[in-house]
Amino acid sequence: MYDIKALYEAESVEHAIRLLTEHPEAQIIAGGSDVLVQMREGKRAGKELVSIYGIDAMRGVRYEEDGAIRIGSLTSFSHITKDPIIKKHINVLGEAVDMVGGPQIRNIGTIGGNTCNGVTSADSASTLFAWDAIVEITGPKGGRRIPIHDFYISAGKVDLRPGELQTAILIPKIAYEGYRGHYIKYAMRNAMDIATTGCSVNVRLSADKKIMEDVRIAYGVAGPVPMRALSAEGRAKGTPVAKENIQTFAQAVLEDINPRDSWRASRAFRRHIAVVLAERALKESIRLAGGEVNE
Amino acid sequence: MYVGKKVTRVDAYDKVIGRTRYTDDLCDRGAYIAQVLHSTIAHGKVVSMDVSEAEKIPGVVKVFTCFDVKEKHYFPTAGHPWSTDPGHQDVADRLVLTEDVRFYGDDIAAVVAEDEVSAAQALRAVRVEYEEYPFVLDVQEAMKDGAPRLHEKYPNNILKHTTIQKGNYEEAIKEPGLTKVEGWYETPTVQHCHIENFICTAQMEGDRITVVASTQIPHIVRRVVGQALGVSWGKIRIIKPYIGGGFGNKQDVLYEPLCAWLCMQLGGHLVKLDIPREDTFVSNRVRHSIRSHIISWVRPDGTYAARKLEAFSDQGAYASHGHSIVAKGAGAFPQLYPCENVEVDAYTVFTNKSVAGAMRGYGIPQAMWAVECHTEDVAAKMGIDPVEFRRRNLMPVGFTDPFSKNELYDDTFNQCLDKAMEAIDYERKYKEYQNQDGEIRRGIGVSVFWYNTAVWPISLETSSCRMVLNQDGSLQVQLGETEIGQGADTAFAQMTADVLGVPLGDVHVISCQDTDVTPFGTGAYASRQTYTAGFAIRQTALLLRERILKYAHELTRMPPYNLDIVDGKIVRTTDGRELMTLGELSTEALYSLTNSQHLSAESTAQIKSNAYSFGCTIAEVEVDIPMCRVKLLDIVNVHDAGKLINPALAETQVHGGMSMGIGFGLSERLMFDEKTGRALNNNLLDYKISTFMDHPRLKALFVENPEPTSAFGTKSLGEPPACSVAPAIRNAVYQATGVGVNEAPVNPHNLFRRLKEEHII
Repeated sequence: MYDIKALYEAESVEHAIRLLTEHPEAQIIAGGSDVLVQMREGKRAGKELVSIYGIDAMRGVRYEEDGAIRIGSLTSFSHITKDPIIKKHINVLGEAVDMVGGPQIRNIGTIGGNTCNGVTSADSASTLFAWDAIVEITGPKGGRRIPIHDFYISAGKVDLRPGELQTAILIPKIAYEGYRGHYIKYAMRNAMDIATTGCSVNVRLSADKKIMEDVRIAYGVAGPVPMRALSAEGRAKGTPVAKENIQTFAQAVLEDINPRDSWRASRAFRRHIAVVLAERALKESIRLAGGEVNE
Repeated sequence: MYVGKKVTRVDAYDKVIGRTRYTDDLCDRGAYIAQVLHSTIAHGKVVSMDVSEAEKIPGVVKVFTCFDVKEKHYFPTAGHPWSTDPGHQDVADRLVLTEDVRFYGDDIAAVVAEDEVSAAQALRAVRVEYEEYPFVLDVQEAMKDGAPRLHEKYPNNILKHTTIQKGNYEEAIKEPGLTKVEGWYETPTVQHCHIENFICTAQMEGDRITVVASTQIPHIVRRVVGQALGVSWGKIRIIKPYIGGGFGNKQDVLYEPLCAWLCMQLGGHLVKLDIPREDTFVSNRVRHSIRSHIISWVRPDGTYAARKLEAFSDQGAYASHGHSIVAKGAGAFPQLYPCENVEVDAYTVFTNKSVAGAMRGYGIPQAMWAVECHTEDVAAKMGIDPVEFRRRNLMPVGFTDPFSKNELYDDTFNQCLDKAMEAIDYERKYKEYQNQDGEIRRGIGVSVFWYNTAVWPISLETSSCRMVLNQDGSLQVQLGETEIGQGADTAFAQMTADVLGVPLGDVHVISCQDTDVTPFGTGAYASRQTYTAGFAIRQTALLLRERILKYAHELTRMPPYNLDIVDGKIVRTTDGRELMTLGELSTEALYSLTNSQHLSAESTAQIKSNAYSFGCTIAEVEVDIPMCRVKLLDIVNVHDAGKLINPALAETQVHGGMSMGIGFGLSERLMFDEKTGRALNNNLLDYKISTFMDHPRLKALFVENPEPTSAFGTKSLGEPPACSVAPAIRNAVYQATGVGVNEAPVNPHNLFRRLKEEHII
């Protein structure tokens, strides 16, 4: 039995905006795998809920006219993993969200909920950061699109204003074309866990597969919100595919990340693991992109 | 014959289709919902409590605080048989609600409401004012002079200190040429994590109170509820339906007294107390964390000259099972690797943490962690192969413990080791994995374990059984021994069918214990159900058989000694002729106009024996050194549990125990905040119980040496599978990396720390 004050079910995005405007204290609920847990813990107990779960228009993956990949915010993790567009262009995202919880959670949990929850450990978030994702927000004043980096304000807080909801996540064509990536979730067990640290790397190689034309890397749980490691990226960009360059890149992440000491893991441990993950995820990305690293 | 066969569990179909009824399924919808308010400080006193806001919430019936407990009936909680000798009784240190707070999570008030939501709201609305005292979380810190004291009666927080002295340790270590090996080993606080959280309901009829509880020990709960309420024990009725696991947590009286007390305060209205998972971690029971210090003095030939063990057992805030846990491990120490000169000091110490009680293995997983990690260290230091070193020093065949009279009749250890080594291809792998370098390394490790069966002669061993014949020749069987998921009912049915000579399907074991009607028994613990019940079943079935054959004699005029019961039929043994079915006999007996008889039998078996139950684990791991991660590649347990009653159920018992051992060895640890004493990870996300994805295929093998003291040649198997898994994993990691992780679990945090210390990363 949950302590819910009232439940309003939205039939369309416009209806949802209206309900949210009428009930400014209400909490948006989609799959409920985070919200209901928090209510049970007492954190959101007694709240009104606006359910957007029935808005089918917010589900599914498709191309936009400019070639961008549009992922409806209500698309479930298991849907994303199996989606042909995702598999073709950003398979790493499908792999990353396939590491969330267990099968039941992946069927009910949505990518919108995963990002709107605002936590640094979200398995989708580091990959979305690493692929320059754009967040589409719709509200009483219409829609707006912002980079995912700007969407995250602080731990647990995202840029959603009164009456607004996240309606889609977009990956621009320029951000995915020619890239291959790999995500490593470091957790204490192999299922039903949250990331101690998550690292998503992708690379675009030159035609001869010898040069890393572009390298992008993002972490979860390396700071209060998901983050890119820009110094490391700068160090690797334009350098030849070589073991030393990969190691230099991996060491450089320490200039960017700022994990904290907590009972879940020490700062020293997280820093150590971050370097190992960077090296391994870049190596695997290069392999996926057709490159070869000489050991 | 059914004993020794893989017959299907008697409760299999009901459990699979969801028809099995548990405590919550039996509770009427009109029940009041109770929830417990826990302290948010680790040590101190409740000065006042304001419940006015809470009681205003619609649906709230009443809030009871520690100040409402006027009659202070202190009670013990350990699920031990009662001792009529006051010197051997468990420590009575609990009240249903307490003003004196001794750990973060102590029970200071309870709310009762018409539904869960109002109850939860009321919990949040109670205001508590405390007087705070300093607290202590570390077991050895708690022993120091000047440490905060939890209980007036126990200076330096020492609940009990016992010693074992054998030979002369101080003299023996003077022998020339000895090598000293010393180490500290520590096991974490872990929790049972049974699927069904603790739950109970209470309702009164007349002046009697009925408690339905998810417990392993209904008859013990009756006694303790009586003690806690100050009510005559016969007025208490405990019903134990199917339960979703217990693993020792439910071998303790948990909230049955509080639920019964709340019910009494409310005029006997039905009250349900369903404990949330988070509270199960903190305010039920946990496994004792034990820190052990072992010193061994070894001769050049790899034999022990002298050994010493100091063990510090973290009791948490209340006595519960207390010193029995560490004492069991301490008792095993001089036996597993016998040595002429041994000193043991075992301490059980109060700290301001969650209360430690019984948990699968009862101190032996902790002891085996210390002993078998140390054994590996000694073998390495002496340059002797770890298996060979064990074979040289393990308890020899014929060893007899003068106290329990347990004897090692067979060459169990060598047989188990041989079987495990063959199953996992040990020799080849051990050789292959020597002296590796590189980032990914493999290792294989061994651990043996010591265990015994039941609690004689430390405590009472008794089993009572009732069998009642039906018109159709089938029978009901009742026992005080409880089905807690392990398959006891099926084993009981197999044993009954064989002794009486009836088809298995004609034996109806009544699974539910109801202390009003079930014969007395102390319940499921000490891996004793099959061993102990076996005596009463055999004795009672023989008694019933005698009565049936006597009645058959009247009907057939054949002498009883020329009659037998075979497959549910009365058979004349001289020529094998089937004279009548048991159903025909029973119908005649019940409806006879000349000699009507209710054919039944009931008897008590007192058991004055106990039996060793030994075995081993071999584990193979792959260590990813930069990632500080251990992957378990392969694992095998081999047990000599005597003759197996049901090999399929035995195998699943071992699988469950191995899974528990894997969590204990690799990932599980309940953590407490140093600043507040609050449990940090008391939920199934942050507490890392292992999942299927963390397990390789679990191999369970057996050596079946029939146990001569046993009614069916069988002995303990419930707890032993959890005893040797963790040290085998640790020893495999040791072979792979050369690094011994002496603090369980071997999780990435501990491995990172150790690899750093040894400059490997």
